[in-house]
Amino acid sequence: MSAQTYGLIATFKTAPSLYHAAEAVRDAGYRHWDCITPFPVHGLDKAMGLRRSVVPRISLIGGITGFCTGMSLIWWTGAVDYKLIVGGKPLFSPMFAFPVAYELTILFTAFATIIGMFVLNGLPMHYHPVLKYDQIRRGMDDTFFIVIEARDPRFNAANTRALLEQAGGETITELDP
Amino acid sequence: MGHADHKAAAHPILQEVRPAALPRAVLVENDRSFSWITERICGIIEGKTPVWWWVCFILACFVASFTVAGITYLVATGVGVWGHANPVNWAWDIVNFVFWIGIGHAGTLISAILCLLRQKWRTSINRAAEAMTIFAVVCAAIFPVFHVGRVWFAWYLFPIPNSNAIWQNFRSPLEWDVFAVSTYGTVSVLFWYVGLIPDLAVLRDRFFAAGNKVRATLYGLFAMGWRGSNRHWSNYEMAYLILAGISTPLVLSVHTIVSFDFAVSLLPGWHTTIFPPYFVAGAIFSGFGMVLTLMLPLRAVYGLQDLITQYHIDCMCKITLATGTIVGYAYGMEFFIAWYGANPYEGFAFVNRAFGHYAWAYWIMISCNVITPQFFWFKAVRENTALVWILSIFVNVGMWFERFVIIVTSLARDFLPSSWGYYSPSIVEVFTFFGTFGVFSVLFLLFIRFLPVMPMAELKAVTPQADVHGGHAKH
Repeated sequence: MSAQTYGLIATFKTAPSLYHAAEAVRDAGYRHWDCITPFPVHGLDKAMGLRRSVVPRISLIGGITGFCTGMSLIWWTGAVDYKLIVGGKPLFSPMFAFPVAYELTILFTAFATIIGMFVLNGLPMHYHPVLKYDQIRRGMDDTFFIVIEARDPRFNAANTRALLEQAGGETITELDP
Repeated sequence: MGHADHKAAAHPILQEVRPAALPRAVLVENDRSFSWITERICGIIEGKTPVWWWVCFILACFVASFTVAGITYLVATGVGVWGHANPVNWAWDIVNFVFWIGIGHAGTLISAILCLLRQKWRTSINRAAEAMTIFAVVCAAIFPVFHVGRVWFAWYLFPIPNSNAIWQNFRSPLEWDVFAVSTYGTVSVLFWYVGLIPDLAVLRDRFFAAGNKVRATLYGLFAMGWRGSNRHWSNYEMAYLILAGISTPLVLSVHTIVSFDFAVSLLPGWHTTIFPPYFVAGAIFSGFGMVLTLMLPLRAVYGLQDLITQYHIDCMCKITLATGTIVGYAYGMEFFIAWYGANPYEGFAFVNRAFGHYAWAYWIMISCNVITPQFFWFKAVRENTALVWILSIFVNVGMWFERFVIIVTSLARDFLPSSWGYYSPSIVEVFTFFGTFGVFSVLFLLFIRFLPVMPMAELKAVTPQADVHGGHAKH
């Protein structure tokens, strides 16, 4: 049974009902489950028991790389590869290299942040069982869903359905894999 | 505690006093539902192309052709077709460049700085303002790129190995500017795109349901398979916050570095330390002028009064007033320092600005930039949309003249009277600049036709029904 379905999806009409249902699913000990919301619901991360995103660490690596790239680019081009005295100034100084290193810090941070976000989210993924649900369009508009995946060790078609019903979920449906 | 009780006992009236309820301004008026927001914003894209859109688009294309003509003539002939000549070797090209870049800055201020400051009113205007930033950077980039003369060598600006084996001079603020502006353009596009992803997913699903496979595929391709997962939102929100966090120092640094193009030189009138903050304030001032110029008609034609409310217009007018006043202070402080610094060249440069050959430009600048924003003190003015729009046009004009005054008056009267000159633009420059308004309008019209003009997900998140604790809306 569980091999033939991706999981169960339950509909919630309002943000507060989704929030409390998410707390219930979290407290029931599920791990492979998700909320589908049309906008980032404030506080839902906590209700789902999600840890803080690790995107900032990737951004930091990007920023440090950018700063070092800027400094070493200017040092290598001006003081190593082609030494050229301009206006009697030193071949390299972190002072005049700073604006470019600063901009590259920001540029590399931006790319690291966005690429990091995509990689952590597993996007782009144009095919997904959730996207095949015929009501999913409402999830981008004004409706909220909770999906509990069949691969979760606690998943049991009957019990999980009961949990979602008890939490206030409507039209609980099995998703095709 | 005892003190409070004692006080209350002594003044029984205090027990009756309740803290005044300070309701927050409603950001989406008339208690609109989530799906109303989706329908209203997507309806703009899904509806039939309005006649006015085609009229504006054809007109904008015609205006844009002036830039194409001006640039084609320049590339075919040489950069001498512009009116630059000793001593004014920098003129409209850099005036227009700084003008357009400055306009872009309000978009980043709205999307980044107001995001960090949790100014939620930004949500309805940030998408269009960010689009404005990107299109303004496109218009700005035209001028320095074509001023290099042989535009096919413009890649020499970047540290790419070339056959001469020589590298860029990184001591030059102009080279810093290359990095600042190209980073600014890139990060603005990335920031804008990240904001668009959830809304593109909405459009993907709607076009799919409507059976329009071609548009569903196109929107879907850029939506990256977004499915509204909260595990995704968690990373997305963090990424958005970081992008806002880095765009803030970015936008401040870009106009600082633009001002270094002048401040690092030795020319009287340019060589002042006030330039970086003065330029940043001016950029935001001009940018908000442009945001008002664009948003007020957009609000009227698409009936978005519930989303861009009077409160939004008030906020934008007040920022225009604040930054305009900073700019006015900077004008005064420049004069004071020119006198107080006791440098005769510096003193002459400023007296010459106000009373010399270019006095007409100076007084246009003063009246547009210092006097115009002061009208925004009055509520009656802020509530008169047509008047706000007209004043915003004056701000745009004034800020163009500010750059003209700074750049041209300083160069035209430099150290030696024997080299003094008077600059007038050639018809090619006039064409090229006039056409950039068409380029900008073409891009902006395409944006409002094909992309959601407001971030639907963010708008939904600031409505009262998005609050999971109900009733918490009035903090």
